[in-house]
Amino acid sequence: MALLQIAEPGLSAAPHQHRLAVGIDLGTTNSLVATVRSGTATVLPDAHGRSLLPSVVRYLSDGQSVVGIDAQAEQSRDPHNTIVSTKRFMGRSLSDIAEAASLPYRFIDTPGMLQIQTHSGAKSPVEVSAEILKTLRLRAEASLGGELTGAVITVPAYFDDAQRQATKDAARLAGLHVLRLLNEPTAAAIAYGLDNASEGTYAVYDLGGGTLDVSILKLTRGVFEVLSTSGDAALGGDDFDHRIYCWILAEAGLSGLNPQDTRLLLTRAREAKEHLSEHNDARITAILSDGQALDLVLAQDTFHNITRTLIDKTLLPMRKALRDARIAAADIAGVVMVGGATRMPAIQQAVGQFFGQPPLTNLDPDKVVALGAAIQANVLAGNKAGDDWLLLDVNPLSLGIETMGGLTEKIIPRNTTLPVARAQEFTTFKDGQTAMSIHVLQGERELVADCRSLGRFVLTGIPPMVAGAARIRISFQIDADGLLSVFARELTSGVEASITIKPSYGLSDDDISRMLTESMDHVQDDIQARKLREAIVDAQSLMDVTRTALESDGDLLDNTERAQVDTCLNAVEGAIALGHTRAINEATAALNHATDTFASRRMDRNIRRALKGHNIAEL
Amino acid sequence: MNSDFTQDYFALFALPQRFALDLALLERNWRAIAAEVHPDRFASAPDAERRRALMVATRVNEAYQTLKKPISRARYLLSLAGVDTQEETNTSMPADFLMLQMEWHEALADAKADSDIEALEKLSREIQSDMRELETALTQGIDHEHDLEGAAVLVRKLRFLEKIEQDTGDAIEALLY
Repeated sequence: MALLQIAEPGLSAAPHQHRLAVGIDLGTTNSLVATVRSGTATVLPDAHGRSLLPSVVRYLSDGQSVVGIDAQAEQSRDPHNTIVSTKRFMGRSLSDIAEAASLPYRFIDTPGMLQIQTHSGAKSPVEVSAEILKTLRLRAEASLGGELTGAVITVPAYFDDAQRQATKDAARLAGLHVLRLLNEPTAAAIAYGLDNASEGTYAVYDLGGGTLDVSILKLTRGVFEVLSTSGDAALGGDDFDHRIYCWILAEAGLSGLNPQDTRLLLTRAREAKEHLSEHNDARITAILSDGQALDLVLAQDTFHNITRTLIDKTLLPMRKALRDARIAAADIAGVVMVGGATRMPAIQQAVGQFFGQPPLTNLDPDKVVALGAAIQANVLAGNKAGDDWLLLDVNPLSLGIETMGGLTEKIIPRNTTLPVARAQEFTTFKDGQTAMSIHVLQGERELVADCRSLGRFVLTGIPPMVAGAARIRISFQIDADGLLSVFARELTSGVEASITIKPSYGLSDDDISRMLTESMDHVQDDIQARKLREAIVDAQSLMDVTRTALESDGDLLDNTERAQVDTCLNAVEGAIALGHTRAINEATAALNHATDTFASRRMDRNIRRALKGHNIAEL
Repeated sequence: MNSDFTQDYFALFALPQRFALDLALLERNWRAIAAEVHPDRFASAPDAERRRALMVATRVNEAYQTLKKPISRARYLLSLAGVDTQEETNTSMPADFLMLQMEWHEALADAKADSDIEALEKLSREIQSDMRELETALTQGIDHEHDLEGAAVLVRKLRFLEKIEQDTGDAIEALLY
């Protein structure tokens, strides 16, 4: 539901009106919000001037919640009710979380997605993420002085359908209109690409605390085309800390430490790693719980040696991405570095060596994703007419269905440009069969058990026929956000088979509206007034679009058609004046219907215009 | 439905209907059209228009993917002419072609057993070079001689090669990890 600025009835919105749009980097450790102001992307700080919001939510016994640094401060005192790294639980069931036993939460094994028992009741990761997003929304609205038109929210490129859907649900719950889910490496490339106004093929190397994400992108005159993407969901900066930790144990001849000492040395290890980003060696001192004192010096060279295999491992997804894009490392015009872990000189060196050029590091690796998202949000909100550009992304994981013997058949291979749709035909194997079940999977592996289940689609209402006579065409559509929808039709009878989705993920619309009603913000809101406001905004925006279209392409309609559109426009205005929600919605629907053919002719014309000026070969 | 849905893929990109295609021009025209119809262009538009954009953009991408790859382009050209390539049903092949297939499969199995990346890459290059030859033959068969049944045989051969090249690539990838 778009929340646009409302203009006075009868007047179209001013074309130069700036719409408030933000980019949000919803991170595992920290989250940020950024916007474009006077043509420059900037991160919005909180009232204390802090840009990073720790992605930590603490639930209190009175039903309230605290988000950010104040929640983080209470983490060790109130571990059951203070949720950190909730991003790792998005769209995941309890069995997906390998380290669940070592985490301090009271997990609830709910089907599809796990929940966590807190002071304020059971919370799903979607609700926890929504608290973080809401905090950032309020920060942005306070800073920009108005309601947001929409937001672009970033997700790791390797996020599957369930994780993307969960992220989108969280945004809805936080009262944000999602203009787009954007892959993090792509966002980083946008931030760099537009800054440097460059053309060519770029590589993005995004090493976060726990994950690695790489992408290859091609930049050509206003189009960012993602060629391929790859990654490792279990390799990040934390692994480097762990190597130092193991080195400390070996050097000091320690073993079998208690949990406090382990935590202490892991912290020292991280500090040493960060120190080595600026210095040639790092001194590590600690006093263990038994009184034993440690005093060690870790040299840069030693650090390189103990982490060499990790660094090499980070380059493998890069090789894979280059292979998928069918280009060589030497063809890369620039390498963008993202994520705090890329501050390590050894990483910069290894990546530089791999590509034969020093990587680009002039933007803050913690902020670059949010900045890129803000730039994209600004374009999608329509603030950048004339100087437009477009982003073409790919699906990161192959989409398939289960076939005989527990095997996966790929229907849409990974790294296919979005949006994409593929249809597959199925038949019945028993006489009179009227239903069938389709299991949809995401992943690269051959065995169903090794792929992620997206859901089982049950088709019913197939007309009874002899075995093999029915022809059921199932279409899989992945939209620009990387989200899947499924349609089915029986071809011999033309019957639309109905699909029942038993989701293994996500929330139903009912769940979302229940949560919305439950949240404090919206109880106070007058639902009726809100519905009327939304109806007017929708109607107004459709009238704006229609009028602008009539001005530029009115010649595509004959007199009768034009009169019909004008009648519908007047009807919408009349309904708005009366202020009846239902009447407005009906009039809007009628206008939508009346402009259907017009919109399709305009799209034709735009396609033809787009091809003009190109060197069209002889037919 | 509007004309772009009934147009063939070549006409959509204003390109001549033939196998030898100016791929740079195809890519440029695809990008120009994709820029017009991408759903992001309609982020603030009414639902109906957004749905249409999604539909058209999907078709434009499908058309581009089909024309970009030689095998799917040939298959598509033949289907426009009413010739079925029978890739699923017709598996009869000349004996020498089958012999070469067997040799390649053995070479692949040996290299995999020895974890020999060099050998796998050599095999991959060999197959790719044979694929280029088949593509040259397709240009001749479709564009010049109009021998569509012969072209269908070439598509079937290309399908074999594509499969083993893919397997070789997967083996290389598996060794990299």
